[in-house]
Amino acid sequence: MQPVTKPQKNNNGRIPIIPRQTKTRMTIIVLVVVLLYAIAAFFTKAYPNRIITGFPHVIDFVKDDLFPPNWSYYKTVSTRLLETWNMALLSTTLATLFCLPFAFLMASNINTNKYVYSIVRFGMNVLRTIPELILALILVAVVGLGPLSGVGALFLFSLGILAKLLSESIESIDKGPLEAIRASGGNVFQVIRYGAMPQILPHFTSYSLYVLEINVRASVVLGFVGAGGIGQILRQQLNLFRFDNVATIIIMTFIAVTIIDMISTRIRERLV
Amino acid sequence: MNLDKQYNIQRPDRTKYWMKFGFITFILATLYTIAFTTTDLSYSGSSLSAFDMFKRLFFDTFFDPVVHERIPQYIGYMFETLAIAFAGTMIGAILAIPIGFLAAKNMSGHFSSIGKGILNGIRAFPEILFAVIFVASVGMGPYAGVLAIGINSIGMLGKLYSEVIESIDMTVVEALKASGASRLQAMWFGVIPQVIPEFSSYAIYRFEIDVRASTVLGIVGAGGIGAPIILASNQRAWEQVGMMLIIIIVVVTIIDYLSAYIRKKIV
Amino acid sequence: MIEFKNVSLTYPNGHQGLKNVNLKLNDGEFIVVVGLSGAGKSTLIRSINQLVKPTEGELIIDGENTLNFKEKQLRQLRTKIGMIFQNYNLVKRTSVLKNVLSGRLGHTGTIRSLLGLYPQEDVKLALESLDRVGIVEKAYIRADQLSGGQQQRVSIARALTQKPKVILADEPVASLDPPTSHIVMKDLKKINREDNITTLVNLHFIDMAMEYADRIIGMRAGEVVFDGPASSVTEKTFEEIYGRKIKEDDVLGGDEK
Repeated sequence: MQPVTKPQKNNNGRIPIIPRQTKTRMTIIVLVVVLLYAIAAFFTKAYPNRIITGFPHVIDFVKDDLFPPNWSYYKTVSTRLLETWNMALLSTTLATLFCLPFAFLMASNINTNKYVYSIVRFGMNVLRTIPELILALILVAVVGLGPLSGVGALFLFSLGILAKLLSESIESIDKGPLEAIRASGGNVFQVIRYGAMPQILPHFTSYSLYVLEINVRASVVLGFVGAGGIGQILRQQLNLFRFDNVATIIIMTFIAVTIIDMISTRIRERLV
Repeated sequence: MNLDKQYNIQRPDRTKYWMKFGFITFILATLYTIAFTTTDLSYSGSSLSAFDMFKRLFFDTFFDPVVHERIPQYIGYMFETLAIAFAGTMIGAILAIPIGFLAAKNMSGHFSSIGKGILNGIRAFPEILFAVIFVASVGMGPYAGVLAIGINSIGMLGKLYSEVIESIDMTVVEALKASGASRLQAMWFGVIPQVIPEFSSYAIYRFEIDVRASTVLGIVGAGGIGAPIILASNQRAWEQVGMMLIIIIVVVTIIDYLSAYIRKKIV
Repeated sequence: MIEFKNVSLTYPNGHQGLKNVNLKLNDGEFIVVVGLSGAGKSTLIRSINQLVKPTEGELIIDGENTLNFKEKQLRQLRTKIGMIFQNYNLVKRTSVLKNVLSGRLGHTGTIRSLLGLYPQEDVKLALESLDRVGIVEKAYIRADQLSGGQQQRVSIARALTQKPKVILADEPVASLDPPTSHIVMKDLKKINREDNITTLVNLHFIDMAMEYADRIIGMRAGEVVFDGPASSVTEKTFEEIYGRKIKEDDVLGGDEK
């Protein structure tokens, strides 16, 4: 609540439009943000003027090096894109299957055991903070080079996101049906199956598709550490300075991602 | 109960349902068949078991003298990562404003589809590709990372901004125009105060995402903690990777909590 | 003086909002426009400051046909006409004082106003206006923390800050409870008397119309079907304007006086 302050003249005889303390607070916030930016810009050399002067370089690079793309490279790219898509599809499938028990354990209205609830929640939160690339790096070392490590990395990465999203929609469901089943003697699994599942099913499907979109994007990166997919040839071609091939990769990836996004969004719109 | 009684229950027409069901099953079956036949998911073996890996990452790391020596260095890299994310989010949050207004139907009418097209295009671009392009054109280092994060943030923020703008109360603008305010004044005083809190809240949320993203950028030479992680993993120095990973987990968690707290206060 | 000469208004969808309206509104009058919803009351009021623009006829304000006005002249005209809306139309997230000051936008240069540099006289004027509607102590509070009646008084203060010659009020009490409605109407009436501001109010409660109006204009289907002093109006007149018997909903009641 804001304190009630009567408009009064301040020292210089003027009536302020914004009361002094509000003004001070706003000024401090602005100063802190500007200061943080100044520090960030200093360490990254990304001063505002360089932001503007940087773009001509980008345009030159796109114009001179990326164009024209080497279209004959499309075959290699399509194979790798298919691999990328397969990794995303399989990892999403695994994540949707395995997220269910975690999601219910993370929902306070289903799991009433406080300790289990906190432990699962903490574990999933930690999982979400690990960048997918580092997961891939570790998995490559454990299961070897190739798409399997990519699938594993994306699975772990999306498990955390999916369980979190789903647990939130479980927590917001109408608890009437749950109580009705409990009242007629149903156990926890029956409550979940007949009370909760029908209510969360549309969200569940929608989130799964959303995670699929995220995984498609994420799987582009994984090849950089040898976990399969398009990233592998992207790194290779970059190291060879074959920018015409890089251009083909970029354009085809962009088109593939756009198409997958479009289809997925269309389906999600019809679900909820 | 009278078992002979005829219940006249209308059976719903299920043909459409089964057709849909069959169609979806067919598509999924095809997709999975392709996935399993075209991708080689074999286990190619390695020298390290999962348990050993876990132990080296999260246990041995605390007893490794090299790690101890390098902790300040790692914190420095994490600091650079945060700097990339912050500068990038700032650029994105500011540049997203004009594009957000352009993409909002109630502000630019038919032109909104141009803005929406730009935003969709940016969002469909995985950020590593932006990073590749920026590193190749302006050289390696955090500066390229900032540009990549900044441009990539415009996509999501612009879309969210335009949704905020489309949901505001336009009657205020009408009231200001009725009192003789010019178009610009009516927008400035009628629209901006309504959108500022949501804009800042979304920008802070985007900062969370950008921190995660900038930990990865190092792999293409765009600065941050990503590069030393790759280097250490190439040398199989998993204790070092473990410590950097722990630093990332701790910092990202703190930032998530802070961001959630600030956003709750704003809206 | 505001004069309607054969004014008609057809909306783009073909609906006729006003049909051949002829009216003379004298300076300082307190006029209440009554009619069923959809009768064209709102269109009549909004055509004066051209929030909707009449398609035919002449609308003469102070000797000039305002329908020919260009953008700039129209803005000049609007600065002299205060408007009050059913839903207050305040910027909910800013302070009451800033909302009231926004009434001065038409008088303030663009650059100056964008920087928020209102002259001190304007700030004083805004506070005086708030004082006149009795809520000056709320000046620094955010508008969305006030009750509906208080928000409507803020919007009256905003109109007053324009130093208007005319105040238009489009269903100003439709969202308020009976006691608050009377407070708002009394404020409007007081301002009308003290500053000699021509005031046009849309209402659909007949008892309120009779209590506050100097003159009542009745509308039905876009046409003016009654125009006369409030003293000459009876329930019978309303039945003629509405084209039906008076119902309970048409009466507000609730004034303790």
